[in-house]
Amino acid sequence: MPNILKLNNIISQVRRDIVRMVHANSSGHPGGSLGCTEFLIALYFNVMNHNTNFSMDAKGEDVFFLSNGHISPVFYSVLARSGYFDVSELATFRKLNSRLQGHPTTHEGLEGIRMASGSLGQGLSNAIGAALTKKLNKDDSIVYSLHGDGELQEGQCWEAFMYAAGKKVDNLIATIDYNKKQIDGSINDVLPMGNLTAKLEAFDWIVLEEYQGNDIESVINTLERAKELSGHGKPVVIIMHTEMGNGVDYMMGTHKWHGSAPNDEQLASALSQNHETLGDY
Amino acid sequence: MEKKDTRSGFGAGLTELGRTNPNVVALCADLTGSLKMNDFENENPERFFQVGIAEANMIGIAAGMTIGGKIPFTGTFANFSTSRVYDQIRQSIAYSGKNVKICASHAGVTLGEDGATHQVLEDIGMMKMLPHMVVINPCDFNQTKAATIAIAEHEGPVYLRFGRPAVPNFTPADQNFVIGKALHLKKGTDLTIFATGHLVWESLEAAKTLSDLGISAEVINIHTIKPLDNKAIIDAVKQTKCVVTAEEHMLNGGLGDSIAQLLSRELPTPIEMVGVNDTFGESGTPMELLEKYGLDAKSIVSAAKKAVERK
Repeated sequence: MPNILKLNNIISQVRRDIVRMVHANSSGHPGGSLGCTEFLIALYFNVMNHNTNFSMDAKGEDVFFLSNGHISPVFYSVLARSGYFDVSELATFRKLNSRLQGHPTTHEGLEGIRMASGSLGQGLSNAIGAALTKKLNKDDSIVYSLHGDGELQEGQCWEAFMYAAGKKVDNLIATIDYNKKQIDGSINDVLPMGNLTAKLEAFDWIVLEEYQGNDIESVINTLERAKELSGHGKPVVIIMHTEMGNGVDYMMGTHKWHGSAPNDEQLASALSQNHETLGDY
Repeated sequence: MEKKDTRSGFGAGLTELGRTNPNVVALCADLTGSLKMNDFENENPERFFQVGIAEANMIGIAAGMTIGGKIPFTGTFANFSTSRVYDQIRQSIAYSGKNVKICASHAGVTLGEDGATHQVLEDIGMMKMLPHMVVINPCDFNQTKAATIAIAEHEGPVYLRFGRPAVPNFTPADQNFVIGKALHLKKGTDLTIFATGHLVWESLEAAKTLSDLGISAEVINIHTIKPLDNKAIIDAVKQTKCVVTAEEHMLNGGLGDSIAQLLSRELPTPIEMVGVNDTFGESGTPMELLEKYGLDAKSIVSAAKKAVERK
């Protein structure tokens, strides 16, 4: 049984990290970061078998790829809070000479990052590649990936969906952050996606719906279910319904905080809603 | 002179790697026969990945496969290996520093009858602009085979460019291919011809004609466009003081462009460039196209005469 109280404390602290990092240089993407906080904490603090003594080759451990690289604040915070690097480094986010680039990169040698992402649509292909190598290496670990829902407008995603099912890449669990929003507005206004579940089922993936993507216990249960379903000839995808900006009241229910930073007053409000539990960086 | 296609040199090199290096894996986007990857596939079915007509996905998968120690070789036409997937190469391979070998056949106009949609002439330029990308364009079957084997030992991204037509196979079968090392093929005192790929042979033919005209041409094979062998180039030009570059590629962004940059900084010298001048190719036989686009021995002779006059 996961210790929900402990995980909730981490969630509160990671949300603080996210809004503080974005506020500190008046740039970055808080909305999607807050929406996926529970998911990344579920992976790194409960579900994944991983080693914070970082090795690029990840032999014998689970691997995660962040395809929607713009939600780097939550990724950096969760990596630091789980021990990949010191939390003090979060203060360098998006600043000159930082390893915490605007979008994640291997280029600066930051522990925990195995692929650059930011230009959208590439992460599922990368995850498939890592999963194929795990099979060749007789390594029964699992490869996880996270994708934005708007990101699925990139054609490469569908090349990858077709490949993974057609070639039975069944050590792969992809998750779609289904917040139904993107930079220019709601997905339905920008480019309607239709029935995502039916589309992914038609591509022959096992599709799980997670309707409570901001409930850590529910997310863990769904990921555990996905693990049980993996290894049976089909890849697994979780359609994870989330609220962009979750945990900061004025950021919720709108697409406007996709890529905007809070001002001093807004930061104070966000911090008052999320208490310091593990110590601010 | 025996004629063989350079793509078969790639196929032969890949087959040998399949037997000697268990970490080598190969990916192909529905062009296994054209890329001569069948023997590798047949001998190593578990290490061969047919991705279908989905080049972006192929590049992304190759990048991911390096995590865990594999050395992926991707195979498709040069156009689909570069311009179609430039951003995937840029982010997932080059910026991410992944050990992927992008192997590109049917480069240039000598792809022939399929025409300009398939005849990429910008690929060297695109690939050499990516930080830390190694760019190699061998000249014949033997050299392509040797280069294929050599790049498996190089840690980091490589672009290996080769072609479709059968061309003279004139370099030694037992050559030791050293990335970044220019090869002196013919001595000469009046000018140096720096050539790459299929135009190395055309340059040797041109040198014979020039000799009949009383012009002594040195021929150097620049099989590696990046990293460029700066020292070999400077040393040669110090002696001959006059240069022709020759490539089956756009003038913008190609070998000539790299050599001109180097010489303008280090040793300003008259240069004439043989290459494609800001135009697309078209359908035709390889030799017809080399002639029409000014990429044959005759064009190299004309360029050499001009260069010598400018000394």
